[in-house]
Amino acid sequence: MPESAPAPTHEAAHHEPENWVLKYLWSTDHKVIAMQYLVTGVFMALIGGFFAYAFRMQLAFPGAEVPGYGLVSPSDYNALVTNHGTIMIFWVAMPVLVAAFGNFLIPLMVGCDDMVFPKINRLSFQVFFLSAVVLLASFFVEGGAFGGAWTAYPPLSAVGEYSLTPLGSTLWLVAVALEFVAFLLGGINFITTAMNSRAPGMRLYDIPIVVWMIVIASVLFMLSVGPLIAGAIMLFMDQQVGTGFFDPARGGDPILWQHLFWFFGHPEVYVVLLPALGITAEIICIFSRKKLFAYRTILYTVFATGILSFTVWAHHQFIAGIDPRMAHIFTITTLLISVPIAEMCFVYIATLYKGSITLNTPMLWGLAFIFEFLIGGVTGIFLGASGADIYFHDTYFVLAHFHYTFFPIAIIGTYAGITLWFPKMFGKMLNDRLGKIHFWGTIIPFNLIFIPLFFLGGLGQHRRIYDYVHFPELMRENVLFGLGMQDLRVLATVSLLVMLAFQVVFFVNVYLSLKNGPRAGRNPWKATTLEWLTPSPPPHGNFAELPTVYRGAYEYSHPDRQEDYWPQWEPEFGPGAGRG
Amino acid sequence: MIEYWLQAASTYAGDIDFVIELVAVIVGFWFFLTVGIFFWLIFAHRVSRSPRAEYLTGDEEQPKKFITWAHMLVLVCDVFIVWAAVQVWYEVKQELPLENGGQPQVVRVISQQWAWSFVHPGADGVLDTADDIRSVDELHIEVNRLYHYELSSKDVLHSFSVPVFRLKQDAIPGRVIRGWFEATQTGSYDIQCAEICGIGHALMPARIVIETPEQHAAWLAGHSPTQLAAR
Ligand code: HEM
Ligand SMILES: [Cu+2]
Ligand SMILES: [Cu+2]
Repeated sequence: MPESAPAPTHEAAHHEPENWVLKYLWSTDHKVIAMQYLVTGVFMALIGGFFAYAFRMQLAFPGAEVPGYGLVSPSDYNALVTNHGTIMIFWVAMPVLVAAFGNFLIPLMVGCDDMVFPKINRLSFQVFFLSAVVLLASFFVEGGAFGGAWTAYPPLSAVGEYSLTPLGSTLWLVAVALEFVAFLLGGINFITTAMNSRAPGMRLYDIPIVVWMIVIASVLFMLSVGPLIAGAIMLFMDQQVGTGFFDPARGGDPILWQHLFWFFGHPEVYVVLLPALGITAEIICIFSRKKLFAYRTILYTVFATGILSFTVWAHHQFIAGIDPRMAHIFTITTLLISVPIAEMCFVYIATLYKGSITLNTPMLWGLAFIFEFLIGGVTGIFLGASGADIYFHDTYFVLAHFHYTFFPIAIIGTYAGITLWFPKMFGKMLNDRLGKIHFWGTIIPFNLIFIPLFFLGGLGQHRRIYDYVHFPELMRENVLFGLGMQDLRVLATVSLLVMLAFQVVFFVNVYLSLKNGPRAGRNPWKATTLEWLTPSPPPHGNFAELPTVYRGAYEYSHPDRQEDYWPQWEPEFGPGAGRG
Repeated sequence: MIEYWLQAASTYAGDIDFVIELVAVIVGFWFFLTVGIFFWLIFAHRVSRSPRAEYLTGDEEQPKKFITWAHMLVLVCDVFIVWAAVQVWYEVKQELPLENGGQPQVVRVISQQWAWSFVHPGADGVLDTADDIRSVDELHIEVNRLYHYELSSKDVLHSFSVPVFRLKQDAIPGRVIRGWFEATQTGSYDIQCAEICGIGHALMPARIVIETPEQHAAWLAGHSPTQLAAR
């Protein structure tokens, strides 16, 4: 801070750019970058959702013209599924949960004015944006977009004659690689800012859990992505230079890619899971007015999960032709990971115990996350058990299982975070009534989409197939309550249409709130963490005066206080106050 | 439970179903218990009934005990699941059984974009002889007889999946993967490709036809290349 300035407030040190481009497009302000990530992520979610609409329509009404899309050919189908998966994970879950919330929350919650490396932060978004453009461009090149699944197993992904999308495959790969670069750059900031820029007084155990979660997620990402980047370079060479890293005819091995992919791919699930878990933790504490149950236990559990997550990858490859004895080891590690995850669920639920629970929109999303994720968790046990996975592998059972983890993460977690921090982001309150309509209009159809798909998977329906007419066993009548298998497909698709329609309510809510919603004030939820100290929305530079932290992040309903919350920034007073 | 919806037609299908059912019972128990407590807590501590929360850090003995116990129990359940899964895996995937003393029948399963082809040992029961029978999209086997398969691919990954057998195995170019099955009932069932293999992935349906020894002998005789040539 320049001491020479007449009134050396913090704000004076940070000149807010006047120019619109500098302010919104070329900004280094973490809040603006967060919004850039959020808007891009939501835009990509609409595209990913549109793809889901197109291919679900094809599955329910095979061969019919899909309104707004047209006919879905087999190659279209593969491209839509592949890019739906890729987009939802790399261009929705990652930017929204890790980057948007990470950028918005970390400096505000640890009490500093910006990221440690603001220009790297800006570069991170620019690379990310470029990666999205490259991915979308792949739909317009000759041969069309890549259709070899989001896992991109070679030789299909490596050889143009096999995939019939020689350019699309490469653009897909380049886009994914660029996206990795963006998140490596972003991760540097998340970790360093949370570790080095904390407000005076904030010890490691005073950091809000969501910040910890994003930091650990970034560490997991950095540790796991290296091998896959190496793999991506080899795959690129196979595609474009004609090397044979994954070609058995030339001494390569296609299974090698699978190891590299899943060594990254499994931790990646935790990379997006952890921020969503963190958001949920904040919500549960605020709206049950409770201290987070066993903060340190949660933290250690997350470390344990993170470490274990590097040891389970080959459970995706049980039947891929790896040495059968390896399956035993990976069954054991996979089931072991159920222990910390179960413990985390228990701890979250224990936080509700003797709380004072208000069921408003953010709380509903938070609780729904726990409930739906629990379904995803328990169904995963079937797939981790090698003997059972022989049957379930690559069926819709797997598909439904991972949508019960990814949907809560990417969609429920996002809505949870947005409804909680919307007042801080925009200074206006959302309408709770519309919020609840949107909530139920999303949650009920979501379950009606994927419960039938569990069932279809149990009946042996495999993934990535554009039409089941050729399989008599998959066209049976009367399998469940008089419904045939095709009826179940129609049920899932109709539920999707209902769910998509209800998303309009959310955008209407946002629009109305921004236009004439009630003002939020600094701390509408009576919460304890530092972001609620700043004005809503926070100005450039965040805090008028950098705060000092006096206590842990979740001092709700402290017996020594009249008020049922005790913000981290409030100086101590009264008997037994503070940490003494 | 599963055979109610989808027939079980191999010797190990029942064992795989057993693992699935065991997992279902264990995780079902945990799921309903957890969800029950979850909803009860939300109901019991809603703001109208409990206007002020109690201050608990979670490090108190009493509440912590429940968590500790619960995750010990989860670990115990995991041991049971691992035990069942590993046994069945060993049976299906790791060890190749032999027909009491003798040689099992061997069939070749060859995948390519986008068809399955099968090589049956003709009446002599041995592969790579003049009476081998090749067929496309139809695999003929005898009921109650042990078969080994040799699975290979000519181009990309495919996956040989026979849902009624509960069997699935990826095919990898450049490699021959051996496995086994023994059918327990006659009939004709779906073979699917379970690994995406390009635009024709959905167009790789095949059938497995399980026949009585007499039917099978008749089929062999009707398709034997040596006999066809002699005619
Ligand atoms: C909007 C609601 C959604 C619906 C109705 C939906 C539906 C589907 C369906 C039916 C498939 C499989 C198609 C097939 O294999 O033939 C699929 C694949 C997939 N979905 Fe979703 N999905 C939704 C949201 C999400 C979200 C939020 C994520 C992740 C964050 C996600 C990630 C994936 C992935 C990774 C695949 C696999 C793609 C592949 O096989 O290569 N989906 N989705
Ligand atoms: Cu195939
Ligand atoms: Cu296939």
